[in-house]
Amino acid sequence: MSRGLLFSILFHGFVIFMTVLTLPFMLRDPVDLPPIVSVEFIQITDKTNIPFAPKAREILEKVKEDKRVVSEQAPPADKAKEKPDRIPMPEDKKEIKKIVKKKQNPEEIKPQIRQASEFEKKELFDPDQIAALIDKAKEEQAETQKKANKLTQSSVKNSFARGLSLSEEDALRAQIFGCWSVPLGLPYDEKLLVRIKLKLKQDGTILKSEILDHERMNTPGQSFYRVLAESALRAVRICQPLKVPPTGYKRWKDLQLNFDPTEMLKG
Amino acid sequence: MKKIIITLLFFIFSVQNANSLIKVDITRGNLDPLPIAVSPLHIDEKSEDLKGLKEKKLGEEISKIIEKNFKSTGLFNPLRKDAFVQRPDIAHIKPRFEDWKLIKAQALVTGKILVKDKKLKVEFRLWDLTAAKEMVALSFTTTPTNWRRVAHIISDKIYERLTGETGYFDTRIIYVSETGPKDQRIKKLAIMDQDGHGTKYLTLGNELVLTPRFNPTNQLVTYMSYFKNMPRVYLLDIETGIQEVVGNFPGMTFAPRFSPDGKKVIMSFAKDGNSDIYSMDMETRKVERITEHSSIDTSPSYSPDGKYITFNSDRSGLQQIYVMRSDGTQVKRVTFGKGLYGTPVWSPRGDLIAFTKVRKGRFYIGVMRSDGTGERLLTENYYQEAPSWSPNGRVLIFYRETKSDSKGKGFSAKLWSIDITGYNERMIKTETDASDPSWSSLLSK
Repeated sequence: MSRGLLFSILFHGFVIFMTVLTLPFMLRDPVDLPPIVSVEFIQITDKTNIPFAPKAREILEKVKEDKRVVSEQAPPADKAKEKPDRIPMPEDKKEIKKIVKKKQNPEEIKPQIRQASEFEKKELFDPDQIAALIDKAKEEQAETQKKANKLTQSSVKNSFARGLSLSEEDALRAQIFGCWSVPLGLPYDEKLLVRIKLKLKQDGTILKSEILDHERMNTPGQSFYRVLAESALRAVRICQPLKVPPTGYKRWKDLQLNFDPTEMLKG
Repeated sequence: MKKIIITLLFFIFSVQNANSLIKVDITRGNLDPLPIAVSPLHIDEKSEDLKGLKEKKLGEEISKIIEKNFKSTGLFNPLRKDAFVQRPDIAHIKPRFEDWKLIKAQALVTGKILVKDKKLKVEFRLWDLTAAKEMVALSFTTTPTNWRRVAHIISDKIYERLTGETGYFDTRIIYVSETGPKDQRIKKLAIMDQDGHGTKYLTLGNELVLTPRFNPTNQLVTYMSYFKNMPRVYLLDIETGIQEVVGNFPGMTFAPRFSPDGKKVIMSFAKDGNSDIYSMDMETRKVERITEHSSIDTSPSYSPDGKYITFNSDRSGLQQIYVMRSDGTQVKRVTFGKGLYGTPVWSPRGDLIAFTKVRKGRFYIGVMRSDGTGERLLTENYYQEAPSWSPNGRVLIFYRETKSDSKGKGFSAKLWSIDITGYNERMIKTETDASDPSWSSLLSK
């Protein structure tokens, strides 16, 4: 009897504890970090003069090998994503090779040499300096890669919390942009947010749609809101089936769309 | 025990997931015109024949006027009738929404006409095709000759329902009709529907007429005319044709304009060689001086609430736009841009002032907020001026002149309209050359 009571107390205590932990108000909103696009500025001379340094050639070959490993392991879909983060593709390597051949031709680089001062010549052809630069560049690249990885992880976390990944959300948004004819008679200085809650079928068609602030539609002096809400609803209906992810139906079966043309109207 | 814990954890996570509703912000849309199908209005079988009325074509004609009105706004795209699948009579009772959606229509207009006891009854319905429901349904009864106005009123109702603001189709435009060579222009006062139909000439062209303006009830027009080289301000009743002289004013007199309540006329004239702004009470004919400055103050226009007046003045050295209280106090300069600013007109909504700007020999029509901020130049040309607002404050009408060649040929003056967004610039067809347009308020309020 007492054992049963103890189990019961423990069990109830556990349920209460977990419920409190997982109540919505206890949840903190995930920090929505926008993805950082890293742009690297490189001197063209750094690139074009690489082949003249034997040390640099070695490093280049090493880098090529590293990249090959990465490209073999990485799935094809991720390759495209990795491109902005400056992980060179096999095509890039070919380009570098071509440049190497070209620049080795003394006739082609002649005018450049003639125009350069003695000091500049030194700078252009100093293999050690170039090698050092490449070393530094490689270190920096590695650091940025690490940072990028961290960022990607955090953004994945965020998008998981939101339920749709950034690309999925963008696809949906772009689809609705095309369907939404914004009424032009709207006032500029009013709150123009229309929130529509949708219940979707697995194929993206709409099972149920509801305007969350529908009481405002019949408020005197707010006829523009009715027009706006109707246009938003029309957009959703025209667009269906919505471009939702093929998997994870449970995540997106309930969806809220917030239509706000304020920025657009202000131009 | 393990099973219980696993079940509990699963339950908790599923609850947590259910709470996180996905929210997507949509902040952009397209500004493409809304595809709308206007089905020809169905003629009721019980309709009687009426002399001078082509009933069989009436349904078609009314739908054409509605389509033309919609197209002119730039906000709607009326679809071609040959693509319509459903017959007008059936469509009016209950449209097959799928059929209409096939031709990519988002809204549908259907209607019915009945001519009985020398009266015309027109009913129409507007359908939301995506929601498969009726949006508005109305019926009008009038004399059969008024069928064009009914088409305009229907257009206004649909426009209002789909855009959220009042329409401007059941309105008229008064302007100065111009004929003859440039140095010997014959100028008459003319009035027409906003779509350019039904032009009527109100004066014979013996005297030079300028700046006609409607009063708020649209019944009266005030304008200026030169009689024996003396400027006079006239008042003309459009319905009766009765004309009266409001007053003889000395020197240069400019642009009389009604106050929003129609009780006063505001204008500028030169007394002792100095142009100032005056108002005249229409009942007592008492003239009151509003500005008193050594500079040239002209082109006054009331704000819709009648509390303020905007005008142009060269008191700063260059012609700029000013705003003051209607009693002449608290004069404040609102334009500070490069160039000359003139002919300010307050929008019927009260939020914007339209103006003409001259800079480096080019003429611009623009709008700005009533405090002078947010200036937007809508259109640029060789010569254009005198903007006038549509009653809903969305469209401006003005006139534009083309340059004549060395022989004096090639000159023309035409009416143009433009949306306040700067889009949808259109020439309005007039029988003759035209200048100085003024847009009436809605005839059916």
